Amino acid sequence: MHSVVLVKQVPDPTGDRRLDRGDATVARDDADAVVGPLDLHALEAALTLREAGGGTVTALTVGPPRAAGALRQALATGADQAVHVVDSALHGACAPQTSAVLAAALRRVGFDLVLCGAASSDGRLGVMAALLGERLGVPHLSGLRALAVTGTTVTGERQTEDGWWELAAELPAVVSTHVLPDPPRRRTVAGIRAAQHRSVTTLTLADLGIDPATVGLAAATSRVVTADAGPARTPGRTGDPAELVRFLADRALV
Amino acid sequence: MAELTGTGEPTRATLEALTAARVLGAPVAVVLGVPGAAAGAAAELARFGAGRVLVGESAELDAALAGPRVDVLARLVADRAPAAVVVPASAEGREVAARLAVRTGSGFLTDVVGFAADGSATQLAFGGTTVVRARVTTGTPVHAWRAASLTPVPAPVDPVVEQVPVELSVTAREARVVRRVAGPAAGRPALTEASVVVAVGRGVTTAAELAAVEELADALGAAIGATRAAVDAGSCPPSCLVGQSGARVSPRLYVAVGISGAAQHWSGVRAAQTVVAVNSDPDAPVFALADFGVVGDVATVVPALTAQITAARA
Repeated sequence: MHSVVLVKQVPDPTGDRRLDRGDATVARDDADAVVGPLDLHALEAALTLREAGGGTVTALTVGPPRAAGALRQALATGADQAVHVVDSALHGACAPQTSAVLAAALRRVGFDLVLCGAASSDGRLGVMAALLGERLGVPHLSGLRALAVTGTTVTGERQTEDGWWELAAELPAVVSTHVLPDPPRRRTVAGIRAAQHRSVTTLTLADLGIDPATVGLAAATSRVVTADAGPARTPGRTGDPAELVRFLADRALV
Repeated sequence: MAELTGTGEPTRATLEALTAARVLGAPVAVVLGVPGAAAGAAAELARFGAGRVLVGESAELDAALAGPRVDVLARLVADRAPAAVVVPASAEGREVAARLAVRTGSGFLTDVVGFAADGSATQLAFGGTTVVRARVTTGTPVHAWRAASLTPVPAPVDPVVEQVPVELSVTAREARVVRRVAGPAAGRPALTEASVVVAVGRGVTTAAELAAVEELADALGAAIGATRAAVDAGSCPPSCLVGQSGARVSPRLYVAVGISGAAQHWSGVRAAQTVVAVNSDPDAPVFALADFGVVGDVATVVPALTAQITAARA
């Protein structure tokens, strides 16, 4: 089975994040970059499936040259190979455009199962699995907390607000994973050494047959008109439970 | 697109979306469900301004996810050329919005919390720290409406109820629901829809403290949230998780009990309008984030709060 894991290098969610003043895209230059935390769960799921049933795990990303760091991290964690779609025309690509590029890359590298994190920690759209399912014409299962592959069927459990659903689909399929029960494995020194011998395949938009004029900020399907800092919190005050209840009553909250 | 609760009522997010969408034009509600489940919601949808309610019913919708909804909405977009499509930004609604946008060659915006008459939308980014006004520039704009962003305002109209066909021709390549299992949260509002959330962190450890928090939550009609530490400790199920790897909430009131205020948790809380915190550590970062803090032991402060709130309401 060929599993392809989508990894995204994101600004460190524990640091300050902002939109670029010039073009209102996510400011990625000054923030520390890490692999999306939920992407690590998707990678963990793919590696666990490989251990159980064999096969190949490919890490795939779309992003600027520095996003290769995410692929290096995935290789060092256990992925067999890595593919990087990099093209200057991609700056400012919106989610539908990114999904078109990812879908083209997935058709190129082939897949039985595509895995991604349930949401990136910067854009937080949580819809990439659905976008790819629509583009590729295959089923998508989102937000799984557990998954298994039996024969050509993928099953999974999706946490909902009032319980959970058991979902199933036929391969090939796209799944997104939420937080899995066990913490994802980390890079090892041996893994980092082994990863140095594995190459990262680089693809451009031309390689994928995509017209650069159809992606990127100028062709985005939506645009930001204004972006402002949210309302600043005034420092709070403290008191005892009775004062707190009066505070809530003044604001019509009890 | 209307979403229904387990008892067949439109969700709060649906009524909010109807309220907000009136600025864009006269709203039409689309409600899909198993036979008998969808038509019953028409009256309530009309009370919040839906002059036309399109009802699509099929027994097979029970096992279906986003697919048939996308099919129906895509056909309606082609046939009726609406100014915009608004979908509640639930997990499933977001998927419907995203796929509909691709299917119709349109742009989409998520976490929308308001509309302007010119069709632009207000969104919250980075957990509410950035307010964005954005506009879809391609096709029929698709918006996913973030729950608990406003108070629904009735605007009663006499509805025209119309049946629309639901075709499940694509189910062979769609995911299916094998079974639905009810969880322990029954009886409380859904976390992302709740107007009050009471959340627990590492500082809530004993069964008695948890029980006290649940009583407080029920006194406030609140959903229960939790930090990663509380979920990992087994205090709450993963469905309660709020923060970077869990739900983002936007209640009118967020009560943080025994929560330190770490960034990973707070990224899911920033959109809360009023935040109060109870923590035994006076130096906890949460007190810098809260509008009102009580320094004290959870075991004594929380029951006192519940008693005061109950008394204030009597």
